Amino acid sequence: MITVRFFAMLKGLAKVESREYKIDAPITVAELKSILKKDFPALGGILEGRSILISVNQEFADKNTVIKDGDEVGFLPPFSGG
Amino acid sequence: MELVRIQRENFSINEEVERVKAASKGIGGVVVFLGAARDFSKGETITGLDFEHYPGMAEAKLKDIRERALRNFDIIELGIVHRVGKIDIGEDIVLITAASAHRNDAFMACEWAITELKRTTPIWKRETTKGGDVWVSETP
Repeated sequence: MITVRFFAMLKGLAKVESREYKIDAPITVAELKSILKKDFPALGGILEGRSILISVNQEFADKNTVIKDGDEVGFLPPFSGG
Repeated sequence: MELVRIQRENFSINEEVERVKAASKGIGGVVVFLGAARDFSKGETITGLDFEHYPGMAEAKLKDIRERALRNFDIIELGIVHRVGKIDIGEDIVLITAASAHRNDAFMACEWAITELKRTTPIWKRETTKGGDVWVSETP
């Protein structure tokens, strides 16, 4: 099982804070995005935009990062702290 | 109390400065950056703010900023406190406290740290306006 977490505006669009997925084998971030685009049409092209950062186990990742069973993947809109 | 933390409640600037100064008697200058909640943004009136963070990752990024500041600037100590949750206009949001033997290093480290915080720390601001609540999508 992997856990996908949405934050800030993405959480509002997805209408959930997180979603768990069972994966039979490791997948890449790019592959996960394809799944999410089907499951969350409201996120549509936003996930492909360069402004959305992705974390795997709370470390910044890119489209080629491999996600394994038990991992936590975060979808992070542009930060606005401070 | 940790020098670097995220919390809902307000903080005391004096207490944070004293906490950082306690690191060494060799501190001769302390520079603070205080971020406060203003009542306008991009021409709109703002009546309140609400901050969300990624628990665990946000704290780790702030700790990383402190460690890199201590490595890369000639400072003695650096503290960072960021609030989350609902914040009223005029309230304090973030405090960065940089201490060094001589002022220039503290000025440079403090400015670098707030810029780095805005760039790397998963914290998001939602502004309450007349038209409703809006997530701020880009760091100004």
